[in-house]
Amino acid sequence: MKKLELPTPAPLMGRQAWSVFLLALIVVGLLAPVFNLWVPESSVFHLSDYAIALIGKIMCYAICALAMDLIWGYTGILSLGHGLFFALGGYVMGMYLMRQIGQDGNYKSDLPDFMVFLDWKELPWHWMLSGSFVATLALVVLVPGVIAFVFGYFAFRSRIKGVYFSIITQALTYAAMLLFFRNETGLGGNNGFTDFKRILDLPIATPGMRMTLFVITGLTLLGFYLFSRWLVGSKYGRVLMAIRDAETRVMFSGYSPLPYKLSIWVISAVMCGIAGALYVPQVGIINPGEMSAANSIEIAVWAAVGGRGTLIGPIVGAFLVNGAKSWLTVSAPEFWLYFLGALFIGVTLYLPNGVIGLLRSRQGLFRKPQVWLKYFRHSREGGNPDTGSPVKPGTTSDGLPGITASQSSTERQGGAA
Amino acid sequence: MKRWMLKAAWMACALWGLTAAQALTMDEARRMAVGESDARVEAISKAVAQGGEKTAVYLQALADDVVKMAGDQVIVVRDGQGIDPVTGQSVSVPPDAEDVMLNNRLRGEIDTALAALKLFNPDLKVRRQAALALLKEPDASRAPLLEKALAAEKDPMVQSLVRQARAAARLTSEASNDRLLAAHELSDSKQPETLLLLNQQLSQEQDPAVQKQIQSALAKVQDSLRWGERLGAMFTGLSLGSILLLVALGLAITYGLMGVINMAHGELMMIGAYATYVVQALFREHLPGVFDAYLFVAMPVAFLTAALVGAVMERAVLQHLYGRPLETLLATWGISLVLMQSVRSLFGAQNVGVENPSWMSGSLQLLPNLQLPWNRVLIIVFALAVLFGVALLIGKTRLGLFVRGVTQNRPMASCMGVNTARIDTYAFALGSGIAGLAGCALSQVGNVGPDLGQSYIVDAFMVVVLGGVGQLAGTVYAALGLGLVNKLLEGWTGAVLAKIAVLVFIIIFIQKRPQGIFAMKGRSAEA
Repeated sequence: MKKLELPTPAPLMGRQAWSVFLLALIVVGLLAPVFNLWVPESSVFHLSDYAIALIGKIMCYAICALAMDLIWGYTGILSLGHGLFFALGGYVMGMYLMRQIGQDGNYKSDLPDFMVFLDWKELPWHWMLSGSFVATLALVVLVPGVIAFVFGYFAFRSRIKGVYFSIITQALTYAAMLLFFRNETGLGGNNGFTDFKRILDLPIATPGMRMTLFVITGLTLLGFYLFSRWLVGSKYGRVLMAIRDAETRVMFSGYSPLPYKLSIWVISAVMCGIAGALYVPQVGIINPGEMSAANSIEIAVWAAVGGRGTLIGPIVGAFLVNGAKSWLTVSAPEFWLYFLGALFIGVTLYLPNGVIGLLRSRQGLFRKPQVWLKYFRHSREGGNPDTGSPVKPGTTSDGLPGITASQSSTERQGGAA
Repeated sequence: MKRWMLKAAWMACALWGLTAAQALTMDEARRMAVGESDARVEAISKAVAQGGEKTAVYLQALADDVVKMAGDQVIVVRDGQGIDPVTGQSVSVPPDAEDVMLNNRLRGEIDTALAALKLFNPDLKVRRQAALALLKEPDASRAPLLEKALAAEKDPMVQSLVRQARAAARLTSEASNDRLLAAHELSDSKQPETLLLLNQQLSQEQDPAVQKQIQSALAKVQDSLRWGERLGAMFTGLSLGSILLLVALGLAITYGLMGVINMAHGELMMIGAYATYVVQALFREHLPGVFDAYLFVAMPVAFLTAALVGAVMERAVLQHLYGRPLETLLATWGISLVLMQSVRSLFGAQNVGVENPSWMSGSLQLLPNLQLPWNRVLIIVFALAVLFGVALLIGKTRLGLFVRGVTQNRPMASCMGVNTARIDTYAFALGSGIAGLAGCALSQVGNVGPDLGQSYIVDAFMVVVLGGVGQLAGTVYAALGLGLVNKLLEGWTGAVLAKIAVLVFIIIFIQKRPQGIFAMKGRSAEA
């Protein structure tokens, strides 16, 4: 009897990928601070404060997109509730920053201004831990994590999936938004938190602090990228992808999908929460508008534009879409929604693997134009020429046989199904 | 207190005036128009006590700010024509005529005075409204006038209202006996205003006997009002439910029957509402004579416009995405953004005003504290009619048969010669058209703006998810149930918390029954 040979696990990243990663590390940790702080403003190489603020913000979004990719691109669960986790992380950090204002507010009170305005005499219970930075860091992880765990446990246990899950997460986010709009919630109502003055007793609006936050955000993003890379390359990641492609089959093979789905859901939510916590001190405001349905769906589109099921894709997508947004909303504000709408439609119709999928098309994209045509034709037929498609073609959401995609595009799944 | 004395003094004069009902004189008209506020209030009270058609016309003119003074002469100027308020003859308006000014106090006085005078109007409706208005703002100085009106009144309903108004006026009287009687009389009232009056008086009442009487009257009034309140809450719940039903019916077809997550459903409603707006504007411009009938043109226009947009959407985008529900979600969201921005570019970002036809305004009075606005009642009827139509279409027609066939087994339907792609387009256009009808209905009760659809889309999906996919009955129960529960909860938690409670309830309910109230039976492991 021949001994079964297990495949040796692939290295975390190839040589080329590591060098790109190191380059990114150098840019974020070294070049950006140098070009922003020490190169004089008159120089061509100077990186403006505006650019730093914008890139810092987009890096937070990129973390969200990465988190969305783990749950959607790799596990096939589309969440429309990631805006909620992002806002929760942001609110926890915002509470700490509000406390850091101390008596420098408009009313010179120990309480945050909006509480004085509401004539409250003491801090409500949920503000108890907001004075401590360490507790805040813990809560940034715990609050989104616990909420995601409880919600996810019940949702996945009763096998809510697909579109149902998306709609329910949207309802959850909507309910939370209504709740946060209330003044009684004790979280600033409509206006949320703003006018931050200090963080860790240091002034928040200095170039040095801005750069520190920028570097921390960049390092977090890169760290999460490595972590995700490790995650999806492990056996755990293989099971996630199996759940995405054929959940029933995974169950019949003896796996319970619940712990896998639940754990990746919580990890994804926590990543979003951390992104929110990094976002708030850089942008200087958090309000319930962050929980609107549009924001959560936009996170999904970042991931889709860059390319689901790849890890670099969502980061690229976040930069592309938000870069376009900050440029278009200034130069042609009425055009922005048309662009975003067209992006949603175009990406779902023609680019199921996003920009990265297009670039990775093996036969050399730029040399042979017919590859483009082939690519479009494949993508329109519901299949996915390169990697496994997130949705099993040939069936509708309710498991009934639907429009069957042409055989050529489904060869890979066709053999399995 | 001083004002009370003054008014009491005028009561005496008024009683005298009742016997010798004089017509309006120029002197009185002038005293009402100029001078110290106190003196003018006095003059108004006196004139009202005397009654008379001319006084009413003159007071109305004062309220409308069309009275001018030229020297000692008071002139009512309407449409550039000067009229002498005493003789009714037309007079020329001198160029130096000054406008008569009113402050807020005088305005209030004139309003109640007008109401008092309307008690003698030959029209029954006007008399009833006048009595109600007086009940809301009781004034001891009006008591003799009410007495007079009561004697002249023949209609029993108005009689009882006037009696209540008289009691309300007496409730603040100096004599505790009067107050006792008034409280007793008011206990028969079925008007919600009475509660307020009684409560007010109770808080300042000293006499224990009167206090007791007021309390028992309060209990009695509350008792008779309770049913009206309950029915009122039920009605608003039904009204919300019917709107949700209209919104969700279209979704039930596109999502339930076809498996397409149409995030642009709200925007199709918005298109229906804007179509109504355009039809309304055209009617106002070109056919003002039959303006009231515009709704009958707007309904098919709204349906067809939305159905056309839906059909284009289906042909251009969605037909490539069947079987990939998450992708349809994103693509239709993109479509919704484009539609919203297009409407913003065409009609502006502001809300536009859609005027109701006159037969839709007003309300149906069932109980004293239960008014059902006509537009809400008609929307309930409309929702039921649309539901009936859809049920017939799906259940009885050839198209419906094909739609059901394609839903249940697409390849088999195709084998039997059904053109499934065309059926998809028809069904999607039908769902979109119903969204357009919903938008037409919504334009009659709410604002019409580019964001119209956004506010309903989450609720609509909740209805479909709760009701269960692929069943119209589930949608109906879920829509009405959600509407009722939402409005009943609102009674004691407030609107926002009620909404949150309902959303949480749905999330929990879905845990128990992931397939909704009515699940399609099947053997698939995927479910």
